[in-house]
Amino acid sequence: MKERFATGFDPFVIPFLIGMGFVLAYCAYGILRILFQLSREDRRRFLLSLVTPATALKNIWDIFCNCLLHVKLWKRNRLLGFMHSSIAFGWFMLILLGHVETVLFVPHRINLFYYPIFFNYFVAETDATLRGAALFFLMDFFLLLILVGIALAIIKRVRSRWFGMRRTTRPSFLDTIGLYSLWAIFPLRLLAESFTAHISGGSFLTIPMNWIFRQFFGNNLYMLPCWWAYSIALCVFMCVLPFTRYMHIPAEMMLIPLRNAGLRIRHPRKGFARVEVLSCPGCGVCIDACPMSADKANLKDCTVYLNRQIRRGNERRIREISDKCLLCGKCEELCQVGVEGPALRIAQREMRQYAVEPDYAAVDMAALREAASGSKVLYFAGCMTQLTPAVGKAFESLMHKAGVAYTWMDREGGLCCGRPMLVAGRRDAAQKLIDRNTELILSSGADTLVLSCPICYRIFTEAYHLPGVRVVHYSRYLQGLVLLGRLKLEKSDICYVYHDPCELGRGCGIYAEPRKLLGQAAMIAEAPQTKGESICCGGSLGSISLDFAAREAITRHALENLYASHADAIATACPLCLATFSRYANRPVRDLAEIIDRSSV
Amino acid sequence: MKDFGFTLSPSSAVSLDKVDSRLWHKLLETSPDAAVCISCGSCSASCPAARWSGMSIRKVLLALQRGQSVAPMLSCCMLCGKCTMVCPRGINTRKLILALCRICEKP
Ligand code: SF4
Ligand code: SF4
Ligand code: SF4
Ligand code: SF4
Repeated sequence: MKERFATGFDPFVIPFLIGMGFVLAYCAYGILRILFQLSREDRRRFLLSLVTPATALKNIWDIFCNCLLHVKLWKRNRLLGFMHSSIAFGWFMLILLGHVETVLFVPHRINLFYYPIFFNYFVAETDATLRGAALFFLMDFFLLLILVGIALAIIKRVRSRWFGMRRTTRPSFLDTIGLYSLWAIFPLRLLAESFTAHISGGSFLTIPMNWIFRQFFGNNLYMLPCWWAYSIALCVFMCVLPFTRYMHIPAEMMLIPLRNAGLRIRHPRKGFARVEVLSCPGCGVCIDACPMSADKANLKDCTVYLNRQIRRGNERRIREISDKCLLCGKCEELCQVGVEGPALRIAQREMRQYAVEPDYAAVDMAALREAASGSKVLYFAGCMTQLTPAVGKAFESLMHKAGVAYTWMDREGGLCCGRPMLVAGRRDAAQKLIDRNTELILSSGADTLVLSCPICYRIFTEAYHLPGVRVVHYSRYLQGLVLLGRLKLEKSDICYVYHDPCELGRGCGIYAEPRKLLGQAAMIAEAPQTKGESICCGGSLGSISLDFAAREAITRHALENLYASHADAIATACPLCLATFSRYANRPVRDLAEIIDRSSV
Repeated sequence: MKDFGFTLSPSSAVSLDKVDSRLWHKLLETSPDAAVCISCGSCSASCPAARWSGMSIRKVLLALQRGQSVAPMLSCCMLCGKCTMVCPRGINTRKLILALCRICEKP
């Protein structure tokens, strides 16, 4: 290898340098701004985590797996995974190998920023070594990989259904410029390297192309324009990057360390939330995932649009989108970047000011305390269970059969658990309810609290501090009674499909226990979309603005999914799902407790 | 005054010509479904806050139309959603309560 130019410079690198300079400056400014927006304690925690070896290693590993290899996307959709990782990983390898080549062959040029990018233009091959051939082969290989990825991306733009996606987002004007410049970069690089291959050397892709080109064009006239075009495409891409969805590339590299440091959303727009919003590449996975998409009117209310509107600062739409969401968590479950759709929305709701503050001073605590005292096991049915008395009755009957002494603390009515208030964005009011319930439970002297409503269960596990009290969902508690032999179950031949309630499944990670319990009492069938991908029943208290009529389409959509299992009946473990499904279902809907009660002897 | 063992309650007649129903009309802008309430009382019967506060969506809606104060009732709501679940008219009562909490004057 020898250098072709003593200066090691050509004017065509200038556009690239401008673009690179701009994007680096912008990112540096962005990082400082985010750091500044974090609370002092969060900032300390984050910076500390960067120098902690274990977290630092985890950061590198996660960035490698998620930003370059797109492991999560592979698991979900192989074709999409291949498309994204071939571009991201291929590009990374081209940059890396460019540096390796520079270090190996012209080490004194490594301080030149642009040299590894335009390596082939600046060098001439003098002798063919195995080492050089191997590197050239790899360069061509990764370029080919990227080109395949780009070809797939172009096909996906036209025929997204081939990639298993029913709906995608429409890119904005700048997004389109970014997209076209990104698509242009690699074919231009191929052309540029091919035109240069008889001087700089090449491999299986560039050498044959060079040969063909020389048959037609015969001279070096076309070489420089191609390098210019390549450099300009890079410049355009990098200059529009901060204002397009491609901002997700640097943002995700920031999001991963922030998340690994244990930071959470504290402000609806700044700091962590900001990075999360910027990390969304607009892949559109959440559009098909969102249960609200069952109704065309809600198509623009899923998380990708929330992110977009937050970026644009469109307050009216942010409010609309935040209020509509069911907070079912499916978008978060499927999002490969980990954008927390529900938490982001709750944070937006928390910005509102209210003239009337909740005040529960009038609650007759003495009566409630009296109702809660008496035994070691407390049962908190919650508001929703009171609307579905069959659940409470079945639980009572089971406890009776098992001979467990317990107290039903809100049989005559009690206080709400606080979760509906919390997700409506009124944290202080929710805290008042939490404090009162905590006082009732702790003063009762019980050591076990059984809950039959997943909404209550979630807030009791996440926000309550109840030292010495075991908080269990009844599916786990009843399973315990079966294991102890206090409940005997006989298997019936009715086939149930189990619907995972959002708050219990995605919310608390309880998927196996209800199935295990149900399996001892009846046959189980699985719906096509189940467990983490189960579809919200549509009754969720998470949504503020969806009204009764608008929820029907969502419920019917969720039911279709359950019907597809061909089960005789539907089982669930949430009183709200039970009430919602019962409205429209064409087959019986039963709560887990009812089913267990029927088959226990 | 001589104690007869009973008292006369003041008249509770409401002159609909004179009431201040601005809040009611403001509410209807964002929650037009409030107008379809049939005062069936399902919400009052199911409300867990009713036991200790007298809160009830039905009462709130009536009070608004009569120009009476609703803030004390609203402040007792726990947003549990039972009233939404039982309302035969499908009124989104939680949205209505939140809207009222926003637009009410401070009590
Ligand atoms: S929020 Fe997640 S799933 Fe939705 S478009 Fe963004 S990255 Fe994709
Ligand atoms: S939480 Fe559920 S309803 Fe809300 S945007 Fe995500 S998928 Fe849609
Ligand atoms: S949401 Fe409020 S008004 Fe409605 S039932 Fe619950 S506590 Fe009562
Ligand atoms: S349940 Fe609905 S219709 Fe009946 S009184 Fe309450 S708000 Fe009105």
